[in-house]
Amino acid sequence: MSDVIVIGAGVVGAACAYYAAAAGLDVTVLDRGPVAGGTTGAGEGNVLVSDKEPGPELDLALLSNRLWRELAEHGGFEYEPKGGLVVAETGEVQRQLVELAGKQGVEHTVVPDTELHGYEPHLADGLAGGVFYPQDAQVQPMLAAARLLRHGADSFGHGALRLRTGVTVTGFVRSGERVTGVRTDHGDILADAVVNAAGTWGGQVAALAGVELPILPRRGFILVTEPLREPLIRHKVYTAAYVTNVASDSADLETSAVVEGTPAGSVLIGASRERVGFDRTTSIPVLRRLAAQATALFPVLRNRRVIRSYCGFRPYCPDHLPVIGPDPRAPGLLHACGHEGAGIGLAPATGHLLAQLLSGERTALDLAPFSPGRFA
Amino acid sequence: MSFEITVDGRPVPVVQGQSVGAALHAAGITSWRSTRREGRPRGLFCGIGVCFDCLVTVNGRESQRACLVPASPGDEVTTS
Amino acid sequence: MTGYDLVVVGGGPAGVAGALSAAQAGLRVALVDAGPRLGGQYFRHRAGSLPSGRGADRFVRQCRALRTRAELLLDHKVWAVEQGEDSVTVHVMAGQEERPFTLACRSLLIATGAHDRPLPFPGWDLPGVLTAGGAQALLKGEGVPAGRRVVVSGTGPFLLPVAAGLAKAGVSVAGVFEANGPLGLARHPLLAAGKAGEALGYGAALAGHRVPYRTRHAVVAAHGSSRVTHVTVARLDAEWRVLSSRTVECDAVAVGYGFVPQIDLAVQLGCATTHSADGSPVVDVDEGQRTSVASVYAAGEPTGVGGAELAELEGRTAGLTIAHDLASGEGGDPVPGVLRRRGERLRAFARALQEAYPVQPGWQDWLHDDTLVCRCEEVPVSRIREAMDLGATDARSIKLLARPGMGWCQGRICGYAVSCLAGERPQAPRRPIAQPITLGCLERIEDEQPH
Repeated sequence: MSDVIVIGAGVVGAACAYYAAAAGLDVTVLDRGPVAGGTTGAGEGNVLVSDKEPGPELDLALLSNRLWRELAEHGGFEYEPKGGLVVAETGEVQRQLVELAGKQGVEHTVVPDTELHGYEPHLADGLAGGVFYPQDAQVQPMLAAARLLRHGADSFGHGALRLRTGVTVTGFVRSGERVTGVRTDHGDILADAVVNAAGTWGGQVAALAGVELPILPRRGFILVTEPLREPLIRHKVYTAAYVTNVASDSADLETSAVVEGTPAGSVLIGASRERVGFDRTTSIPVLRRLAAQATALFPVLRNRRVIRSYCGFRPYCPDHLPVIGPDPRAPGLLHACGHEGAGIGLAPATGHLLAQLLSGERTALDLAPFSPGRFA
Repeated sequence: MSFEITVDGRPVPVVQGQSVGAALHAAGITSWRSTRREGRPRGLFCGIGVCFDCLVTVNGRESQRACLVPASPGDEVTTS
Repeated sequence: MTGYDLVVVGGGPAGVAGALSAAQAGLRVALVDAGPRLGGQYFRHRAGSLPSGRGADRFVRQCRALRTRAELLLDHKVWAVEQGEDSVTVHVMAGQEERPFTLACRSLLIATGAHDRPLPFPGWDLPGVLTAGGAQALLKGEGVPAGRRVVVSGTGPFLLPVAAGLAKAGVSVAGVFEANGPLGLARHPLLAAGKAGEALGYGAALAGHRVPYRTRHAVVAAHGSSRVTHVTVARLDAEWRVLSSRTVECDAVAVGYGFVPQIDLAVQLGCATTHSADGSPVVDVDEGQRTSVASVYAAGEPTGVGGAELAELEGRTAGLTIAHDLASGEGGDPVPGVLRRRGERLRAFARALQEAYPVQPGWQDWLHDDTLVCRCEEVPVSRIREAMDLGATDARSIKLLARPGMGWCQGRICGYAVSCLAGERPQAPRRPIAQPITLGCLERIEDEQPH
């Protein structure tokens, strides 16, 4: 019997397990697939503070940003604190960007149009300016999740963190109202607490406990270019429209340019958002829009080849806030899911705060805005 | 029925209808690209456009599969 | 925007036969192929010459007939296909300049053939080491022998024509090393009846050139610095573990362990797949070559590797079925009994052949920790094993953690090996972009008028 069962071996589950083990708890992580094969496996690895409106999510992002830097010191996965550059097409948009940056209170530099090429030599001409956020970073999320689990298992005493892949949770074990374990296709597993870190499938896991979490898949496509010999793009670069789209409630297709290089040499190009269920059919019109927006920002990309595209499903909550904390409707069940497109970035803070909760400490941030109770 | 192309400035003979990759291989040049990480030599491997080992730049067009591109008189091929 | 009744992708035996059958039935047909000439791999031939080999005369006649009855789009690469309301859209790049445009059609025939299935071994990425099909393409399509002294290794009957072709071209073939046991062919009643004659022909040709043919042997390592200079040839047990080894000098190697059907386009459209006897994911088709997706058909190697004769037969079958389905709705069986019975016989033969030349697990012992499995991303086997140790349990999660298959070839070359290392059957490849396309082309695909 473990102290805690974590459902989901993605980056959020891994962070929950890691910090819980660090706090001295025995943790078992279950995943129906391999490590990081679901929501995390389609993630770009954004660790962003720049795209958050001031408020609880930004606080979470800032805490997480600091924790990612600490975790990266263990090594074993790519972590690039390269900074993010948000660019504005018009003077009016630039004014709004600068205003947002002021309200965020996050470290930033306002970049006038004349200095954009100092940041990104290949940016298109004619942009009105931008704002640079030095804290924005990038991790390789799959490897980061796997390494966190391994590091947690190796560092905090024998048996404190166990990973079991290929185990599907089919229900919950209850003692009265209280959740005391999970039913799986490999038998019942008991624990004092169960953490739902099932990402986009978090709503389905919650439903097994009879509670509703309104988490919906919000599909996104990514284009991946050929590996470039020399990096063309230094930072994560995106247009102001990205911020608006992230915060939008529309089910319809929205796209904005998000472009960045990777240590492997490929350039990743996003981002699209649409609510179409779990449909994986490739939409060529979406790929075309992503290509057009990326080349508008970086004309040099026109003669670079796309070798791959893939899609993933962000765990979308109607209020765009993750669900973190105990579920009052099912004592013993805690949630750590619904991070939409920010799960990679917000994972360490999520895990850290949940571990504080589980070990009876005062949490470093107020979890009320993220409470599952808001759906009760 | 033969002509020349240049590969990194060196003349390479081509028999009409040959691909750039075949002309290079026939001229005894079996590698013309090096890998990004370890600088390993690469030339023809699958010969039919599947493996992408044989990439070259032809007349300024980058990342062409040498095994698929027909050579034309005067083509300037550069390698990396 | 109805465009064509039928677009055929692939100009080998299956595609040409399919296009011709459909065109003769009165359909408006376009055939698209990435190469400059019809022929595919089997009938690959040099510019200005004609295909040769078994069935070549017939293929040449079919090509001539097709030229007057269908539109041939050679040097055209298909990078994606999409299912529309009442048509299929084929996204094409034309010529060296790769001009993007689309073709609309009422039916699609996928006849995209197969490529070699290599296995990694130490030194397999040295220049001079080619796939068996690569060496064959270089010789047949370009008139260029892979080397002066060539070693041929792998498994399956395809090694024989490769070696015989090289020997005939004056190359010194230092040996043909077949990893599986002494046939196979002779012992299997079905195989003995069919391919034995052909195999004996190649055998005689090799004997005439004094080329040694050794079963239960394989090249297990290649050596050299900038080019292969010699190989380690091992005697193998039935599981392909090394029993003893020796060195053979050579300047080129041709290796192949079967073939991988190219089914990217079928997977894009959501066609159901199954596994053939050799473990490859293949497109599931009915007796009329219909896939599970309406208006989409497949013929030749994408439905299971079976050789040129079966491919041609499946192409004809598909052409007849498509004409029938367009005229009278899907369902029913327009295929004459003689074709069907011959197809059944050839398919049984192909299956038996695949079973006679399996890939045995012992090849994994040939690898050293630093042997590259993924040539593109330079991923050694140690990193793959590390990913598995970290909780990757299948080829996909190994790819996410260690990057094999993330590079230029998108796992076409290493995919089979990675699946073997993961202990699973290869899964149908998900490649929404079947050919690299520049962002400049991609951004203007809709500006171009349909052809």
